[in-house]
This record gives sequence, C-alpha cells and structure tokens, in this order.
Amino acid sequence: MPGEPAARGAEGGLHPGAWWLWALCLGTAATRTTNPLLLGLLLTVTGYVVASHRTSSPWSRSYAVFLRLGLAVLVLRLAFAVVLGSPIPGTHTLLTLPEVPLPHWAQGIRLGGRVTAEGVLFALYDGLRLAALLVCVGAANALANPARLLKSLPGALYEAGVAVVVALTFAPHLIADARRLRAARRLRGRPDRGLRGLLQVALPVLEGALERSVALAAAMDARGYGRTADVPAPVRRTTAALTLGGLLGVCAGTYGLLTAEGGTYGLPVLLAGAAAALAGLWLGGRRSPRTRYRPDTWGPRALLVAGSGAAVAVAMTLAASADPAALHPGVVPLVAPALPLWPAAAVLLGLLPAFLVPAGSAGPAAHPLDTAKEQPS
Amino acid sequence: MIRFENVSVTYDGAAEPAVRGVDLEVPEGELVLLVGPSGVGKSTVLGAVSGLVPHFTGGTLRGRVTVAGRDTRTHKPRELADVVGTVGQDPLAHFVTDTVEDELAYGMESLGLAPEVMRRRVEETLDLLGLAALRDRPIATLSGGQRQRVAIGSVLTPHPKVLVLDEPTSALDPAAAEEVLAVLQRLVHDLGTTVLLAEHRLERVVQYADRVALLPSPGAAPVLGTPAEVMALSPVFPPVVDLGRLAGWSPLPLTVRDARRRAGELRERLAGREPAPGGPPHAPVEAPAPRPRVPVRRFLRRRGPAVAEAGGPAAEVRGLGVRRDRVRALHGVDLTVAAGETIALMGRNGAGKSTLLGTLVGLVEPSAGEVRVGGAVPRRTPPRELVRRVGLVPQEPRDLLYADTVAAECAAADHDAAAPAGTCRALVSELLPGVTDATHPRDLSEGQRLALALAVVLTARPPLLLLDEPTRGLDYAAKARLVALLRSLAAEGHAIVLATHDVELAAELAHRVVLLAEGEVIADGATAEVVVSSPSFAPQVTKILAPRPWLTVAQVREALR
Repeated sequence: MPGEPAARGAEGGLHPGAWWLWALCLGTAATRTTNPLLLGLLLTVTGYVVASHRTSSPWSRSYAVFLRLGLAVLVLRLAFAVVLGSPIPGTHTLLTLPEVPLPHWAQGIRLGGRVTAEGVLFALYDGLRLAALLVCVGAANALANPARLLKSLPGALYEAGVAVVVALTFAPHLIADARRLRAARRLRGRPDRGLRGLLQVALPVLEGALERSVALAAAMDARGYGRTADVPAPVRRTTAALTLGGLLGVCAGTYGLLTAEGGTYGLPVLLAGAAAALAGLWLGGRRSPRTRYRPDTWGPRALLVAGSGAAVAVAMTLAASADPAALHPGVVPLVAPALPLWPAAAVLLGLLPAFLVPAGSAGPAAHPLDTAKEQPS
Repeated sequence: MIRFENVSVTYDGAAEPAVRGVDLEVPEGELVLLVGPSGVGKSTVLGAVSGLVPHFTGGTLRGRVTVAGRDTRTHKPRELADVVGTVGQDPLAHFVTDTVEDELAYGMESLGLAPEVMRRRVEETLDLLGLAALRDRPIATLSGGQRQRVAIGSVLTPHPKVLVLDEPTSALDPAAAEEVLAVLQRLVHDLGTTVLLAEHRLERVVQYADRVALLPSPGAAPVLGTPAEVMALSPVFPPVVDLGRLAGWSPLPLTVRDARRRAGELRERLAGREPAPGGPPHAPVEAPAPRPRVPVRRFLRRRGPAVAEAGGPAAEVRGLGVRRDRVRALHGVDLTVAAGETIALMGRNGAGKSTLLGTLVGLVEPSAGEVRVGGAVPRRTPPRELVRRVGLVPQEPRDLLYADTVAAECAAADHDAAAPAGTCRALVSELLPGVTDATHPRDLSEGQRLALALAVVLTARPPLLLLDEPTRGLDYAAKARLVALLRSLAAEGHAIVLATHDVELAAELAHRVVLLAEGEVIADGATAEVVVSSPSFAPQVTKILAPRPWLTVAQVREALR
C-alpha cells in the first residue's frame, strides 16, 4: 500500500511521536486546572482514546498500571492531608484525630488533630491533578511503543538509543525471572512467599540477567551492531570539535542566562552552542552506515493528532489566565465546582484522534486469544 | 567457503585447548552437520566461524579461520555480519527488537542496506519462512518453533553466504523441528547458502546433511566424510544407524525410508517373536490391581520413596482445568499415576505439558477439578511437606540451584528435605562420579547440571518424580545414563512423569504415553499403542518395523539374541 501509513500495524500507522505529543499536551492541560469536573473529563478523553486504539501488545497494559499509580498518588495525598493537617483554614470539621504532641523544635508540623472538609477537598483537587498527569503519560505508553519512538533518534544517537531499548526490555525479563525462581523455591521445600524468598533469589536472578545481556551483546555484535563507515580524518576532527565546542557553548550560555551580568551574551552563546552541537550530531551520523527500515513518517494524520493535543493545552492555558476562578474552584468557602463551558469544549477536542485514526489497527489486536494461547509451556 | 587451518582454541584459564588441530573445509552450498558428544568443542568451532571466538569469548586462537576469504583474526564479528549469520542455542537471547518484522529488518539496518531492498527482503523472508501472518506480533508471544524460525529469518535477510546454527531443533516438538529443517533444506537448495549446524538429535537431522564432521573426543581432530561413512564409526548415532549396525547393513541407512527398504529380511527374522514389554524391564503396576508387595516393599523401606503410600495412586487428577489470562491452558484432564509407573507427556510446544506438571507440584493453581498427590492437595500443602511427596526437575535445572559450590548445594538440600547429612552428596557421587565439592554448579555441563538438580530433588525421596524436558542438550551417552537411572528409580517404586518432545526417550522409558493438545488429553495408553498409531510421535524403529510394535533397538537386540 504505497503512501498509506496505516500499513504499519501495531501503532495504528501513526508516528509514535504524535501520540506522545498528544498525550503530553493533555498532561500540560491537566496541570493548568484543579477543577475536578474538567480533570474527570480529561481522564475520560484519554481513557476513551486508549480503549478504542490500544493493541494487544505487552506495553499497552501500561494504561492500567498508570491508572493505578495515579490512584495511589491520590490516596497518598489524601492520607498526608488527613494525618499531617492542611494549611487551608477550614471551618467544617469532619473528624478530630488524636493530636500527637511534638517537641517545640518541630513547630509548624502537626500530627493528627482536626480534619476539615476544606483541607481534604483541597488535597483531593491537588492529587487529582497529579494523577491526571500520570494517566496521560500512561496513555502515551499504551498508544505508542516507547521503543519505536527511540528509533526516530538521529543516527549518531542510534546506538545509545538501542542501549536504552535493551535496558527497557531488561526490566520485564528480570521480573519474569524473579517470579520463576521464586516459584522454584517451592520445589526445594522452601516457602515461596515472603521477603526472604525474594532476597534469596536476588543473586541468581541478577546472574541470569547478566548472562542474558552477554548473550545478547554477542548476538548483536554478530549481527553487525556497531559497524562503522570509514570517515575521513578531517570530518572526524570537525565532528569532535563541533560537539565539544557546542556543549561548552550551551554550558556557558546557560550560565550567562542565569547570572545577573550575563544577560547580554547568554542567549546568543546558548543558541550558537546548541547549533554547533546539533551540527556535530548530524556529522557524527555519517560515521554510522545504518539505514532505517520503514521509518515512521509524519503524515497529515499525525499532525492532526498532535495538533488536537496542542489545541487542548493552549486553550486550557488561555482559559487559566482569562478565568482563573472557573479553573480553580475555591475551597474556602466550600462551593460545588461548576463546569466551565468553553474549557470543557476545548478538552473534548482531545477526542479527535479517536475518530481520525482507524481503530483496532489491522495487526495484533485482531487475534488476542491465539496470541496468548501460543505462549510456551 | 569456510576454511579452518590447523586451528586450536585455548580459553583463558584453561589448561588444555578446547579444540585442537581442526583442519576443515566447507565448500559453498553444502549443509554440513557437526556431531560429537557433549563438551568436545562443537560450540567453539561454530563460534570461530562467526568470529565470536575469540573476539567475544576471549582466549587464544591458533591457526587460521577464513570465511569467504576473510580472516577472522583481522575481522571482528560485526565485520563478518554480511557473510555469516549465527543463531545460538537460545533464540530468545538473540532478539534485539520486539516485533517480528523489526527483528527481520534489524541486521539489514546495521549493514546499511537501502530501504527498498530491506522492504523487499523482509517480504520475501516472511514468505520463505511462513511468517507472514505473524509479522506484527510481539516476539514474546510466539511459540518455540515460531521463535526459532524468526531467529533464522533475522539472520537470513542480509543474505549471508554462511549460516551457522547451534542446536536449532533441540527445544522443538517433532512437527516444529520438521518445519525448521524444511526451511534449511530450502535455503541450501534454492539460495545456495552454506549451512554449518551442530545438533544432538541426530535422528532429526542426519538425513539432510551433505557431509558430517565428527569431533570424536575433546582435543581430537575432526573426521569429515559422507554421513554414512562417519556414522559407521561415530560414538553418537541415531536409532536408525544403531539398527543398521545391528543388522549388519552396509552402507548404513540414514533415513527411515532407506532402512525400511532393507528391513524385509529383519522383519522375517523377527516374525515369530514378541517385543519385550515397553519401557523398563520391570512391568508397570496397574493402579487398581493388587500389587506384588513383598520383595519391592523391603527394597522400598531401605531406599525407596519416603512416604509409604497405603495402596493409593502416586497422583490423581480429576477434571483438571487451568485458565491463564482468560486462556484455557488445561481443560478436563484426567490422569492417574500408579506407583512404579513411568508416563511420558507429549504434545506440541504450548500444549499444556508444563502446566500439568506445575499443578502437580502446586506451582499452578487449578481453576477447576481436583489434584491429589499422595493423598494431599499440592497447592495447600506447605512446601516442606510437599517435597516428600513430589519432586519436579524444571526445564531449566539451573532454577533449582542457588549455592556456589556443589557441597553447599548438597548441604542445603539435606537441610531442606530434613534428610540426614550426606544424603544428597551420596546421590551426587552416584550420579556424577568425579565431580568435586568445590565445583560451581554453573561450570557443570548441561547433563551434569541436570543430574545435580535430580540429586537435589531425590534427597527428599519423593514417591512421584516429575521431569520437564530432561533431554534438552544431552548427548546420547548422557541420555543413556539418564535412562538407566530413571529405570532403576522406577524399579524402586518411584512413579515418574516426564514431559518430553523426544520420542526415542519416551519409547525407551515410558509404560504409558499421554498426548496433550490444546490443553486436553487426546490419547492415553500403553506406549506401543499410542506411538505406533501416530506418525509424528513414532520412534524410528517403530517406523522401520511397522506394523509390528517394536519400539527400541534394545528390544530388537534382545529378541534376536
């Protein structure tokens, strides 16, 4: 199918960067508001898009993981507000915990005491915002394989990118190994539960992981990883000079920007340094003869998906400065939050990808059952 | 295409060279099989072709190895990547990316091929290996045979002149192995690829080889010749060759078809005789029937199983169902294992064999039905108690070993099983003569590690012994020792269940064969009945002497005596 990006199954044919931009923009939008109705709407939008577009691949489960993580953050934030009290002055006392008297050097910290509805509500709004941000990252993970995103790195960074990808797949292997070895303890007549069991298998698990990495390194070497093309010496020297000089420039420029007297030269030096470093990277890419197999392309769809996310973020930022009261409902006095109409409509723009991108992309999603069936015994 | 000139390899810290005096030439377009007992340096020879020995493993290589005219001393593995494709023993350790299509493209990306060329070759390779339906699948979800094919495909796409494979079919069920070998055959015939492969399961591969290189013993120079010539003097040989030697056929037959055509006379000689009962010499004890007690009983008390079960079966499974991630792993499985009985569980990769063994030791929670081992429910029995009823040697025996010396491992095993000190060490000395206390379990060979894990499990003297894929990576000698050991255990009254793809092993050992497919039992009966009726699970001797139910060369030898 020439010119039809949807042919690339697993990610719905979309550039993974588009999904990440979309999700990060929604996350940015989430940080602009504490209105629980808007945040709830935002969560629903990400949930709907993920539900309609995720694949059966292992990484697509990350949405549920991040959802749980968000919930944990919320609960933790509430627990802190209840136990340590809240700086929000409140009049509606929900309950009074026994207060632990603290020595006078710990003044300003309170353990237990009055728990007010205002304090709890404030913590809830605040926690919800953080949870929404986490869930947006989870959505990005579920929709686009992070490994594919790393593939879009410039050539000079490709090898570092592969190292990161290998490290990413390392963690699931480590967990699977630990689980298997812990289960094997049962075969030796030792309890297979408890912390001790986990500690005792730690060494064999690490050994196994190390061995696997060595085997993988050998396999990668034998398959041509790290082959270099002959580059003339002057080009090599220029690359080194540009990269080093560029990085120095970036450091000096940043320093200049941050100190009082460097205001004049800071920005130009920073920009020049960044340009030199990028040129160095580009030249460095010539050392690696790699080519890309079916690179992801930015099509109009990818642009629209990223654009819809950006629109939500911009609209929310504008709304936050135009009407802060609507986006940050007060807790003192206690009022029910209202749904501001225009920001809510803007959040719904984030649903655009659900209709733009063909759902249930041709690939793995089609047969989740036999995928699992053929797992090795 | 591949030329070894007086090559010897000495690894760092080793007193003796791993291989010595290898002079070998593999011409273009041949399929050469490298055979020999465990530990003669087959993997070292294979590694030297791809340059991983010595560039990656360390050590000293003397002599010269050239591949397509390139000297491996001056070319690193990555610089040989366009002429040599290597697939190691474990395909999982080989994968860099996470989907099939990306994996096929990875090698070409490294070599810098043009995108159009890559696209075309990926499509061709997907068709050649029958992987088109799997192109978007994450590799983690593939079965063993599929993984092996993807691994071969991933080194094929750069169109290497030489393909090097280390035990490509050992972990596969018979059908998947056929699939992989058919692919290799096609490469040699259609593309003129030179293939060098090492394999222990000669019965599967020897008929495909153009020539065989035999490494007879560690440090000995290789013998190169046609398969029939080399098989005549090889210390390792498949059953068909064994039968040919027994019957005095010359030249030796290498395939079942050759042997069948010559077997008329042998069939006549065997006409009036009956094969001795399959499996161990000692007849199986039927579960419901009253068992001959007195002599066995005395023997049991001395050495046999710890929990003297009062007449009940060693294990009983009724209507067992297991679901995993909403997928049916086992469904409606009924199985009774009597004391002293050996059962082979067979079926393709992923049929549920390991899951069934897992439920018997309580590793897997049944979602339906009932499992009883020596009267206890495994999942609800504390591990300390359970080891005295059932022991499992897992697919990877290393999973059972934690300590860093054999002595420490044995001491821990005695402690775990509450056995008198020295019990485990005595078993190890019996199974592995010559292994010292200070040896690290990691330094043992595959077969030795299996024996150590078996000794650890046997320390608690469980009446039911389970083995998962015990012959993976074992040569014929190690396999023969295992068979002898398991037979004597069965004679002592241990019930044994083994999950295996090795039809020859099942034919030699098992009284009963249980075939699983899609988590259901599709056949359960005496070994001779089940394997004779199934072409893919029949051992070579059965295929040659069909329709009479002869299973092993040993039976034929016995009958002719």
